[in-house]
Amino acid sequence: MISDLRVMSNDEIAFNTYEMKLYGPAVAQYTMPGQFLHLRIGEGYEHMLRRPISIADVDLIRNVVTIVYKQLGEGTAWLRSRKPEDLINVLGPQGNGFNVNQYSQEHLIVIGGGVGVPPLYYLTKQLAKNNKVTAILGFQDQSSVFYEEAFSKFSEVYIATNDGSYGEKGFVTDILESQQLTNHPYYACGPTPMLKAIQNKLDGVSGYLSFEERMGCGIGACFACVCESTNQQGYVKICQDGPVLKAREVIL
Amino acid sequence: MNLNVDLNGLLLKNPIMPASGCFGFGKEFSQFYNLNELGAIVIKAATGEQRFGNPTPRVAETSGGMLNAIGLQNPGVEGIIEKELPFLQGIDSPVIANVAGSLPEEYVHVAKLLNEVDRVDALELNISCPNVKEGGVQFGTDPRQAADLTSLVKQATNKPIFVKLSPNVSDIGEIAEAVEQAGADGISMINTLTGMRIDLHTKQPIISNRTGGLSGPAIKPIAIRMINEVRNRVNLPIIGMGGVASSEDVLEMLLAGADAVAVGTANFQNPMICKEIIDELPQTLMKYGFQSIKEVRNSRCLN
Repeated sequence: MISDLRVMSNDEIAFNTYEMKLYGPAVAQYTMPGQFLHLRIGEGYEHMLRRPISIADVDLIRNVVTIVYKQLGEGTAWLRSRKPEDLINVLGPQGNGFNVNQYSQEHLIVIGGGVGVPPLYYLTKQLAKNNKVTAILGFQDQSSVFYEEAFSKFSEVYIATNDGSYGEKGFVTDILESQQLTNHPYYACGPTPMLKAIQNKLDGVSGYLSFEERMGCGIGACFACVCESTNQQGYVKICQDGPVLKAREVIL
Repeated sequence: MNLNVDLNGLLLKNPIMPASGCFGFGKEFSQFYNLNELGAIVIKAATGEQRFGNPTPRVAETSGGMLNAIGLQNPGVEGIIEKELPFLQGIDSPVIANVAGSLPEEYVHVAKLLNEVDRVDALELNISCPNVKEGGVQFGTDPRQAADLTSLVKQATNKPIFVKLSPNVSDIGEIAEAVEQAGADGISMINTLTGMRIDLHTKQPIISNRTGGLSGPAIKPIAIRMINEVRNRVNLPIIGMGGVASSEDVLEMLLAGADAVAVGTANFQNPMICKEIIDELPQTLMKYGFQSIKEVRNSRCLN
């Protein structure tokens, strides 16, 4: 649950976007796509909050986990400066991930936006064993695009960019429409406005949403990352009940 | 080393407890260590009815700390009694329940219901939450209101009451004296300091409540100063808190005048921190020349 993982590589794969590979015995537990790692940042007490980062891929034979993060603030700048052999303290895997056994012989859609794309990669690899998968990936512009080739090994891939500099111009929801993919079970991860647009567009279709939110403890104790829900108690905790939730379960 | 502490009749096996709001109702942390290790368990605030709290984002990191504006989200006092407290039934560490409300009547209602629960050993009167529109800190910034609320709640319960003080005041000693005279059994201090951060990209406050309570090591010197000020003015036991993250910090709080110490924000950085501090405390005390908690008390840094 709390373990130190060793950095294997830490490379820029798109504008301000980094792929880090970490290894250690604890990785053997990281079997469920959609879960996240809560990473301790820095030395001493400068950074009191961990950073939640999704699992992008796991190599269970070599015990290597891949994460992808965007460098936005000081915490991710510290992550960017990690070198091979450095240790990172990891709490996790946290939260509820995607159920990969719900479907077989189905045509499934995975929809990712920006740094919401990475967890869908580990998911797609597993879904593709028994299903046809179409991936719709949205990015800001050409410089932000990553993992297109990786996804194409397991799924057909459509890319949308906000400014049209790569793939189709527009949003992931435009591709759902233009490719007539609005009737298939789906899995989506990205910023909340994107998830809300998908929830509206695919109303009535069975789907799962994976959320990004600022977190405190990451274990369900502090109530920092809640989302209004249709469930009996009226809310869900993203870190504990999520980050993957049934699309019908949340009120955005 | 014997780490026992007697807080005006509330006996703890050691002086360390989690701070309210940073530990939920205990369940999540029990996956990391046995909660029996703790001197006490302080659970999240209870209000009369369930509350959903503030919109997100509710937290933001700051240098050496964090801002939070959760807004007292909780299942309500009856929900806590029915769904949360049973889990703590098998634990022998005392449970301190944090009591909050919008009006004095709500505090009294919550205190009365908790008074009937054997698993609750003491109440912490929350007159210092900076993140709700009504109640909370409103009762903690005026000595008269703080005293009135303390005596009202005191009449509603047989359990000891620790009044949790706000640092967002000009004279915290005055509030401490007022609640001592009103019958408080102890003081816990300090709650968070009101702060704010602005996102440079959006030009808007990061926290949707605009302001939040600042906690973490950044506020520790303020906590130490205020505990020391209150120690010089009242005789009640003090549960000290504010930025504690190590056994050295605990010793510093004890020397300032605290009798027990709560750990808050540090639980988020390291979920094992309370247990680690408890394990290290005897060695740290010895390192600085103390053979017992009592010896530390005799070396308090008083005026």
